[in-house]
Amino acid sequence: MKFRWIAALAVMFALVAAACGDDTDVASTEDATSAEDAMEDVAADEAADGDDAMEEDAMEEDVMEEDVMEEDEAAVEEPADEPAMEEDAVEDDAMEDDVPTRIVSLNPTGTEMLFAVGAGDQVVAVDNFSYYPPEAPVVDDLSAFTPSVEAIAAFEPDLIVTQGPIEGLDALGVPIMELWAAVTLDDVYSQIEQVGAATGHVGEAAELVGQMQTDIDAVLASLPERETPLTYYHELDNTLYSVTSSTFVGYVYGLLGLENAADAADPDGEFFGYPQLNEEFLVTADPDIIFLADTICCAQTAETVAERPGWDQLSAVQNGNIVELNDDIVSRWGPRIVEFIQVAGEAVAALETADAS
Amino acid sequence: MSAASVRAAGPRAGWTAGALALMVLAATLALIIGPTEIDRGGVLRASLDELLPWTIGHSLTDTQASIVANLRLPRVVLGLIVGAALSTAGATFQGVFRNPLADPYLLGVAAGGGLGATIAFVNEWGDGQGVLDAVQVTAFVGALASVAITWTVGVLGDRARSATSLILAGVAVASFFTAVQTYLQQQNTEDIRQIYVWFLGGLTTSGWSEVGQAVVPTALCVAALLLAGRTLDVLSVGDDEAAMLGVPVGRVRLLLVVIASLLTATAVAVSGLIAFVGLIVPHTARLLAGTSYRSVLPLSAIGGATFLVLCDLAARTLLTPAELPIGVVTAFFGAPFFIVILRTARR
Repeated sequence: MKFRWIAALAVMFALVAAACGDDTDVASTEDATSAEDAMEDVAADEAADGDDAMEEDAMEEDVMEEDVMEEDEAAVEEPADEPAMEEDAVEDDAMEDDVPTRIVSLNPTGTEMLFAVGAGDQVVAVDNFSYYPPEAPVVDDLSAFTPSVEAIAAFEPDLIVTQGPIEGLDALGVPIMELWAAVTLDDVYSQIEQVGAATGHVGEAAELVGQMQTDIDAVLASLPERETPLTYYHELDNTLYSVTSSTFVGYVYGLLGLENAADAADPDGEFFGYPQLNEEFLVTADPDIIFLADTICCAQTAETVAERPGWDQLSAVQNGNIVELNDDIVSRWGPRIVEFIQVAGEAVAALETADAS
Repeated sequence: MSAASVRAAGPRAGWTAGALALMVLAATLALIIGPTEIDRGGVLRASLDELLPWTIGHSLTDTQASIVANLRLPRVVLGLIVGAALSTAGATFQGVFRNPLADPYLLGVAAGGGLGATIAFVNEWGDGQGVLDAVQVTAFVGALASVAITWTVGVLGDRARSATSLILAGVAVASFFTAVQTYLQQQNTEDIRQIYVWFLGGLTTSGWSEVGQAVVPTALCVAALLLAGRTLDVLSVGDDEAAMLGVPVGRVRLLLVVIASLLTATAVAVSGLIAFVGLIVPHTARLLAGTSYRSVLPLSAIGGATFLVLCDLAARTLLTPAELPIGVVTAFFGAPFFIVILRTARR
């Protein structure tokens, strides 16, 4: 009885972890979709020792670079009988009729991007985790975790946004746009441009990307130089699961000049960038800043962290350098990543000032 | 039967003393080895300082002393408690049901506890940390509820309360609870990660609050079961024979199952589901020191404590500073170890 449990859990756990390796994301449960899909990928690719997501993203990027002038929607698998989209996209909103008007999104990040580029009106249904922005037409039974092709077909979509391949979805003959978990900010920008191109909002997408770049550059420029980098711990849940620098979140912290205390726990990527940290290691490592990405999932706050036995020894607790983040924002890679960078940047800047005085 | 008892009575004290010495050794090792390098003598002095009512004094820094007192020591103590609880309960279930495959989760405790914890997680009642957190309470209640239902169903099907009907009822109840649990989990995928971590079990973030909550019920239940060694020996000859010897089989079985289930539920509440301990430790005790429950029960309690503390030591040091799920360690090291014992004992 018990063995079956443990075996099943171990397999599931490995899959979740494996999927995270592919997708650079564990905090968001929407990744569960790719946990399933990643099964084959992982099995197939592990031998080849290739990071699937990285290659995929790299490929998309290449395509984007080549075709960016034409605003080609690289990731959209268009059926042959709809060749008109490309030119329409260039002419932007001139031919509204030919842009998709019944978009179904099974990717919460994709949903955020669709609304941010102004394509919200063209979206008819989004999965049960796409609850941002609030006006997104969430369908409670529409799951990206256990997607039902029939349920998707019932919305008569003319564009489907997913995070990875969904079995049997091709059969609908509808264009599918796969937005894989980003690895770098350039991935985020190129995906937003793809979304803009595919929905007839090229101008807005370019504007959004430009604004994001400006805002992020402003944060980065506001950070003073340091001789020794500040260290941080990014908490995914209250059993001390964390991220290393090899993840997208870790990469973002790297942009802010921070050093990850969890990197030592997964140097070879055995945990795909998502190790569970030992508690006494963390207390000894004594990171300068603690970022809580478990304020929603696990109701953690600066207060609950301070109350943990032995944590009063941490200088981040003593100095109040605990930053409460929105779980969703830091587990997605949408336009709101700017908010995350601003909040984290403020915390870093505040610490710098405190140090200087 | 009586010959076996006599033979077991002789070496029993020796085995028990040896097992106790091993347990102390394991606990000491677990205290002095950790992801943080701390002076070994200092760790032991600080541990004694924390455990004993009077002050001993130590040479550690505040942070080191805090690590020993708040993190390492309670984790070792909880490992001892949970290990003893699970393997004593396992030995009891094996005796009560005369089934070598019985383990603490036989009557659906794992499925019931898992459902309880899942309900608490999806309703955001608690996070599984601290004293009497909602997750702990619901896991405890779920574990006991599953045993109660199993018992009721088993007795309904078979007035004689035979072992087989109870075990079958346990399988049915566990399947049903697992189905409900899986459904809830699929409906609440946002909580799936917390639920998985709970199911994997472990002592990762345990502190004195978990120890304080588990120590009294565990001590009482283990003590009660240790007194039942003779009764279990009589039960081992068969229900009818035991009844002829004057043992009220039905009532005794109910009482022992209730105590062992309380014990299991207490462990599950503070550490989630940890596999294998309750199965292989009693068997190892049996293979080494004979089949009398008067030696199997105490050796299981001590051996279970030792085994789990060592497994947890491996869990937190093998991939340091990362943690391994303890269930992976118990099965990975426990199974080969058990096979070795099995081979040497049969020779």
